[in-house]
Amino acid sequence: MDAQEIYSSLEKLFPGKVGNFKGEAMEPCLNVDGAAIIEICRFLRNSPGYRFEVLSDLTALDWPKEEKIQVVYHLFSYAQNHQIVLKVDLPRDNPKVATVEEIWKVANWFEREVYDLFGVIFDGHTDLRRIMLPEDWVGFPLRKDYVEQEEYDGISTQRAPLVEGLLR
Amino acid sequence: MKPLINSLPETVITTKIDDLLNWGRASSQWYMLFGLACCAIELMQTGGPRADLDRFGAVPRATPRQSDLMIVAGTLTYKMAKRTKLLYDQMPDPKYVISMGSCANCGGLFQLAYSVCKGVDKIVPVDVYVPGCPPRPEALTEGLLRIQDKMMRERWLVKPRAASSAEA
Repeated sequence: MDAQEIYSSLEKLFPGKVGNFKGEAMEPCLNVDGAAIIEICRFLRNSPGYRFEVLSDLTALDWPKEEKIQVVYHLFSYAQNHQIVLKVDLPRDNPKVATVEEIWKVANWFEREVYDLFGVIFDGHTDLRRIMLPEDWVGFPLRKDYVEQEEYDGISTQRAPLVEGLLR
Repeated sequence: MKPLINSLPETVITTKIDDLLNWGRASSQWYMLFGLACCAIELMQTGGPRADLDRFGAVPRATPRQSDLMIVAGTLTYKMAKRTKLLYDQMPDPKYVISMGSCANCGGLFQLAYSVCKGVDKIVPVDVYVPGCPPRPEALTEGLLRIQDKMMRERWLVKPRAASSAEA
């Protein structure tokens, strides 16, 4: 099934919940309403003909100008050999979306990573803590407005400006 | 009894005993088996048969409690920095540190990253900096020889040169 077919069938089954389909992209993507992400994912995972058993990646993007954080789900099906990318737009001041952990177990770590670096809260996640940065880290470093702290746990983060002159 | 350390006059016997002690220490620098990133591969090469650090009496020890020398080989993140400080504190005195490679020296290629410590000298005192990305085994061997030079200048029984001249 190609991406256009997946999109049209989703549009029929979940009217108003999906949109903004980009079929020309190398990895075709579509936007999904955040409130409907669980039912759409469960449908894509379990329905014959779709069989998206694999969540190959779950990541996020920060768009400060549009005041949104976009969570991106890369789905793949070995059985059907097709793929699709789902995107969920969240408000930047309170990014919150339901967890897909119950659908793909791997989402547990992916979502912890997104929480670690972007501060997105995944509702219903069983273990939402930082995964890579230390527990006492302040801020979410991959947000565009992240400001580095003066020091971390007594270790100075200051340094001589060695490479700024070389940056273009 | 008064401890003998740094209290005896400078005579042929005492200075020769100091030299003997220093020679013994310099010829058996046990370095900690400790690698952080790609420099660790080069550290293994240095310990391997071609560069053969063993011919200078330097062999890896798998515990900080038996090590004289810490070679910080690789990118130091803040999360690891705390552990590195702990390992350094566990080493018995006198102890020495070689900062190996650009990352350990100043953060190197990753110094603009939020999670990378801007040089191992922010957390522990460093005796020798070895530049390179990564340094060749020859460069690290040179670093070890510089540590040996430093050890040979130390005084254990006789008073340090500066203090004795001030008294006279």
